Amino acid sequence: MTQAARLGVVLLCHAQLDIAARMARIWVEGGARVAVHVDAKAPRSAFARMKADLADLPEVVFSRRRQCDWGRFNLVAATQDAAELLLERFPDRTHVFLASGSCLPLRPVRDLAAYLGAHHDRDHIESVTAFDVGWTVGGLNEERFTLFYPLDWRRHRWAFDRLVELQRRLKVRRTLPKGVIPHLGSQWWCLTASTLRAILSDPKRPVFDRYFRLSWIPDESYFQTLARRHSLQIESRSLTLAKFDHEGRPYQLYDDHARMLEESHCFVARKVWPGAKGLLAHFPRPAAGMPDTSPPRPERFERVINRTVRRRLLGRPGLYMQSRFPRKDAENGKTSAEYAVFHGFSDIFPGFEPWLARAIDADVHGHLMGPEMAEFAGRPEIGPGAISSSTLIRDRDPQGFLTSLIRVTPRMQAFQFSPRDNQALNWFMATDSNATINVVTGAWLLPLLDCDMPFDDIRRVTAILQRAELENLNVLNSVWVKARVQIHELTDFLARPQAVMMQALQHLPQKGPAPTDLPAMRDMTGLSELLRRLRNSGLQPRMSGDGLPVHDIPSSERTAAE
Amino acid sequence: MTRVARLPLPERIRRRAERQYLIARAYNRRRALKSMVDRTAQIRRGDILAFVTLRNERIRLPYFLEYYRAMGVNHFLFVNNDSTDGSGNYLAEQPDVSLWWTDAGYKKSRFGMDWMNRLLARYGHGHWCLTVDPDEFLVYPHCDTRPLSALTGWLEASDRRSFPAMLLDMYPKGAIEDQPYAEGQDPFEIARWFDPVNYSISKNWFYGNLWIQGGPRTRNFFRADPLSGPALNKIPLIKWHWRYAYVSSTHMALPRHLNHVYDEDGGEQASGSLLHAKFLSTFAEKSAEELDRRQHYANSKEYRAYHAGLTRGTDLWCSESREYVDWQQLEDIGLISRGNWA
Repeated sequence: MTQAARLGVVLLCHAQLDIAARMARIWVEGGARVAVHVDAKAPRSAFARMKADLADLPEVVFSRRRQCDWGRFNLVAATQDAAELLLERFPDRTHVFLASGSCLPLRPVRDLAAYLGAHHDRDHIESVTAFDVGWTVGGLNEERFTLFYPLDWRRHRWAFDRLVELQRRLKVRRTLPKGVIPHLGSQWWCLTASTLRAILSDPKRPVFDRYFRLSWIPDESYFQTLARRHSLQIESRSLTLAKFDHEGRPYQLYDDHARMLEESHCFVARKVWPGAKGLLAHFPRPAAGMPDTSPPRPERFERVINRTVRRRLLGRPGLYMQSRFPRKDAENGKTSAEYAVFHGFSDIFPGFEPWLARAIDADVHGHLMGPEMAEFAGRPEIGPGAISSSTLIRDRDPQGFLTSLIRVTPRMQAFQFSPRDNQALNWFMATDSNATINVVTGAWLLPLLDCDMPFDDIRRVTAILQRAELENLNVLNSVWVKARVQIHELTDFLARPQAVMMQALQHLPQKGPAPTDLPAMRDMTGLSELLRRLRNSGLQPRMSGDGLPVHDIPSSERTAAE
Repeated sequence: MTRVARLPLPERIRRRAERQYLIARAYNRRRALKSMVDRTAQIRRGDILAFVTLRNERIRLPYFLEYYRAMGVNHFLFVNNDSTDGSGNYLAEQPDVSLWWTDAGYKKSRFGMDWMNRLLARYGHGHWCLTVDPDEFLVYPHCDTRPLSALTGWLEASDRRSFPAMLLDMYPKGAIEDQPYAEGQDPFEIARWFDPVNYSISKNWFYGNLWIQGGPRTRNFFRADPLSGPALNKIPLIKWHWRYAYVSSTHMALPRHLNHVYDEDGGEQASGSLLHAKFLSTFAEKSAEELDRRQHYANSKEYRAYHAGLTRGTDLWCSESREYVDWQQLEDIGLISRGNWA
């Protein structure tokens, strides 16, 4: 049977001293001795109140107040003072735990003492070599130790940054004191009294102090580095649950975290929002039965935090909203799910839409970008997610229209497209890796066969549509394309429709066995005649491909003949 | 204002000139506001304040005050624009309300924003200020478990001074008059449906804000001219400084950084939503009155459209409407986001 550790606590307090006093009491009631350091910036009245609050506890001592600034050495000096005082007044302590006034013990202090006692030589201090990158968040890593930092980042941000730049340019490289390898880690640690004594009474301590005085955020490196010099056995994990966001600010804990914190089984967590009355009342859990020496299991809590960090940095793909409006090409996913675009198919097969709906497992829409309405499947006036079918509303923000539709519907979306439709999304879709775009060029010409417009109008419409399609093809053939694009010329397609169709469908979720029939094709009579007339009127049909069944004299000869 | 905006000056200077003009204008209109009940001496450091302009909203007030008191608003500053239904007397009796009265034109005071800017500058400096209408109810991530002060504390710790909350139009199923609204009732027991994704967004480069339109109003009343539909982007919660000014309603503020409440690199910032309980049984009456007064934006075009639409018996509900559950539902749909507020 191992003996429980005799715990001493160094409590660093800045603001919210009433809560800090409460924490000190919790520690003492759990059998710990506490040395409190209160930031000299805290108001004198609050300090007096705290002292009065804790006057009945001889187990609490107050160290000399120093001013503490974030990221400066005075935090380390305050810790040193308080630790020295603690070890001097309570020399029987076997372990010293560094906590702050907003660190909340979750499990009974007795459990912590028992846990420490079970491995009584271990120093629990996160300590990672500075040269292994990846510990710090969005800040300086190795340079914390190789440059000089005489300025306070919070107060002189601009000058701080300029000074760093200047030193980089001058290639300043501080020499490290002999005998230490810089390590970084969470500033909240628990050391054995012997290790801490060794650090504090190291004959070279003045050298180290002088060195760390001008390094960056020494409270995350001073003890972490020196523990490596003196410790027998380091357990490189902090006993305090403390997560930081992507900008290095600590996460705050609220009442609704209570269950997750309890499940995390950690001894201490920070940073508690001062208004979280529920948490403060709920924790620490009362001791019951034998002390529980099981180790912390913070993984689930950390996963939740990491998920929020990801949400903050990457967001949800395909979401455009009031607080996420990514710049073009910085979207981390332009759309949220895969979708398919069929360009020209509905012109060749008038019944293509219902046929496709039978063949693939997707919502098959008509021409969503169509000029008359957004043709949702079934042609409702209000489509999925209450999106209006009005073209005016759609064209106000076409990209939002498409991404919202894809995001709000659970199934895959497929829709028809043609040069008659709004072309605003051509680049967007071509550069979206979720898109599958199947194109039959020149198919837009076929509906013109049936129309009874005068030839002059047909010619003009043809010119417009042809230009639109050429522009779209330039996009689809560019080097920036991320979509899966298949382009077939009309002649190509007509030569082997079944094969091309199967190729188009093969990447899409099939409903059953691949369909063997094709929908009824549009009547093509008159196509060659139309093409000939167009050509003769001075418009070269370019998109329908060569070798259409134009049983005619080549145009050059013909012109010559005429 | 528009004159300033048209001067051939660099944008930064134009924005500054406009902001200074707005502040001066608000200061200049200070005499239009007559203090009825002044309990501003109760305001303590760090209090969260609510600023509200109203006209004839008596029936909504009990629930409105209850809702925001529970959320943690410490003091309410109301401007009563010549109400005739006893709103003023009711508010004067509330212990945490300071009340001003005015009969100046709503339109002439830039739809009440001059009054708001004035009170914000005078009492809001250094406080988190929530500027809302009596039919707007703020919802933010974790609002069921964390008070507003938790949010403002976190925003402050993250060096943010403003918090966006898009206006979300809520409507009942069936005709609007069918279910009468009773005083003190939660309006979202009746108007509990909304459009999940029917919103279009574009960026205003001059002010740097997002311009959001859409929702049931656009799809029902502004189909023919969606661009003149109401804007839904709002920034109602700002840690105020006397140098700040709201430009147009709470849609945007100056200086510009207050409008930058969205992430442009693909991430998500935290955001909330203002549930808009406009479409209640009180609405038809109100729209008829507002139509007569012609004191609203763009010659009350909005109200005219509603009135035309509503007399035809339009039902805003459609089969794609979603029933409101809680903030998590809004977050899943993507209307609000918790950002990195775990």
